[in-house]
Amino acid sequence: MSTIAWIDVALRGARPQAMGALLRHFRELDLAEEAFQEACLRALKSWPKNGPPRDTVAWLVLVGRNAALDGVRKRSRERELPGEEALSDLSDAEGPLAEQIDDGDYRDDLLRLLFMCCHPELPATQQIALALRIVCGLTVPEIARAFLVTDAAMEQRITRAKKLVAAERIPFETPGAPERAERLAAVAAVLYLLFNEGYSATGGSAHVRVPLCDEAIRLARLLLRLFPGETEMLGLTALMLLQHSRSKARLDAQGAIVLLEDQDRALWDRNRIAEGTALLDKALRHGRPGPYQVQAAIAALHARAPRFEDTGWAEIEQLYAALERLQPSPVVSLNRAVAVARLRGPAAALAMVDALAKDLAGYFYFFGVRGALLTDLGRPDEAREAFDRALAIAKSPAEAAHIRLQIDRLTRGKETAG
Amino acid sequence: MQYAILCYDREDVVESWTPEQDSAVIAKLDVVTDELAREGRLGPVARLMPTTTATTLRKGKETIVVDGPFAETKEQLLGFFIVECASLEQAIATAKDLGQASSSNGSYEIRPLRLLRPGAPRP
Repeated sequence: MSTIAWIDVALRGARPQAMGALLRHFRELDLAEEAFQEACLRALKSWPKNGPPRDTVAWLVLVGRNAALDGVRKRSRERELPGEEALSDLSDAEGPLAEQIDDGDYRDDLLRLLFMCCHPELPATQQIALALRIVCGLTVPEIARAFLVTDAAMEQRITRAKKLVAAERIPFETPGAPERAERLAAVAAVLYLLFNEGYSATGGSAHVRVPLCDEAIRLARLLLRLFPGETEMLGLTALMLLQHSRSKARLDAQGAIVLLEDQDRALWDRNRIAEGTALLDKALRHGRPGPYQVQAAIAALHARAPRFEDTGWAEIEQLYAALERLQPSPVVSLNRAVAVARLRGPAAALAMVDALAKDLAGYFYFFGVRGALLTDLGRPDEAREAFDRALAIAKSPAEAAHIRLQIDRLTRGKETAG
Repeated sequence: MQYAILCYDREDVVESWTPEQDSAVIAKLDVVTDELAREGRLGPVARLMPTTTATTLRKGKETIVVDGPFAETKEQLLGFFIVECASLEQAIATAKDLGQASSSNGSYEIRPLRLLRPGAPRP
């Protein structure tokens, strides 16, 4: 790696925690961001010359704090800026500071920073956009590209979201245990949203959105390092790794959706599967099941099957039933029906699916599943009707193309039959 | 003598590598280890999963199982090489070669091995 590439990676890696600490110091998002920017500029000047500091986060926090103070002094014209030399070598100051900022502070700093982005008045997509901008440091054009909007529109959204967040009084004291748990749950939900935004690729080409999945996993791992015994954080991280392991197999060269049963399992990322499974094992040991752990367990069963025929559908059906109890939702019931179809055939599954018709009237996958079950039952006209409904509400070209393929098969099936 | 070269680095930074950067670093390290293998000096090499996957067992009268790595440190143990070296000087030189290849900012701890048992029953 070139020096600049290395520094870039180091700054990206340090950003979430450095920003969290700077926010606690300044208690104002804009000031914290400004300070971090300034610290990065100085890092680019100083690190190639003096070598990188031992503790990048502590260096950035200290330099950022000083730089912001300089900015205030400069504006008020009270005092001259200190010479560049005085600031560029902080090797002596680093040690004591690193001890001052202990990990206990860091973890609540990062949690607070992420929690700010989960403002309940912000729509989910804006919570994600804000987290990407502030915590991950993605540029506005990068985020705009992922959400398929213009740079100007995204800039406006983020500015508005920031204003709303800034107006909120978020306590800077160390949170108590119940408050911390509440924050972790809210942050976990946003991380999962961020991951799904990248994973489901609604309305965007999947290629552009893979970085969203990577960022979600990076933040999850970071949080997990700070809260190592949180079973649902273990479960969530495992879930994301296991889902993401299939990303290379999910779309073909033309960008069309490849169903689980048709995926080339050699393309699944074994490293992610191994890490996800290891995290899930750690979580399950505690015997405190939660929705993320159950979903991760389902994903692990898929990952473990060498071939689609080897999938443990009976266990998957049981896990979906457990999920229905923990977190009742028609989408979970739909997924359980898919497992039932594999276990007991399409007729049993269709009965379950039809019971969900009212709740899932606007849900793409509902009509996709219903169409597939009707096809298997030899009821092509009703299947066609279901696929047409799916087509009407498809959110991406890949989704639409997938349904068209099903309709084509249906028509061809009819021709051969007739 | 055999030496362990233990790789310590900031995990959050290493995790920020893009897959391309990661493969590029590994490819460069492979050049060094291939050469060591040709010289007959290379022993087992391991890359560890992130510390988030770690579980620690505290021994004692009653063992305690704790989630997470043994110690919370700024830099984490990410992997190791076992290398045959004639002297500490050679071990340092080998670590330098590896360090230049990896080009990241961590540290290598060089420790002579007292015992290395292959995974086979004792004779």
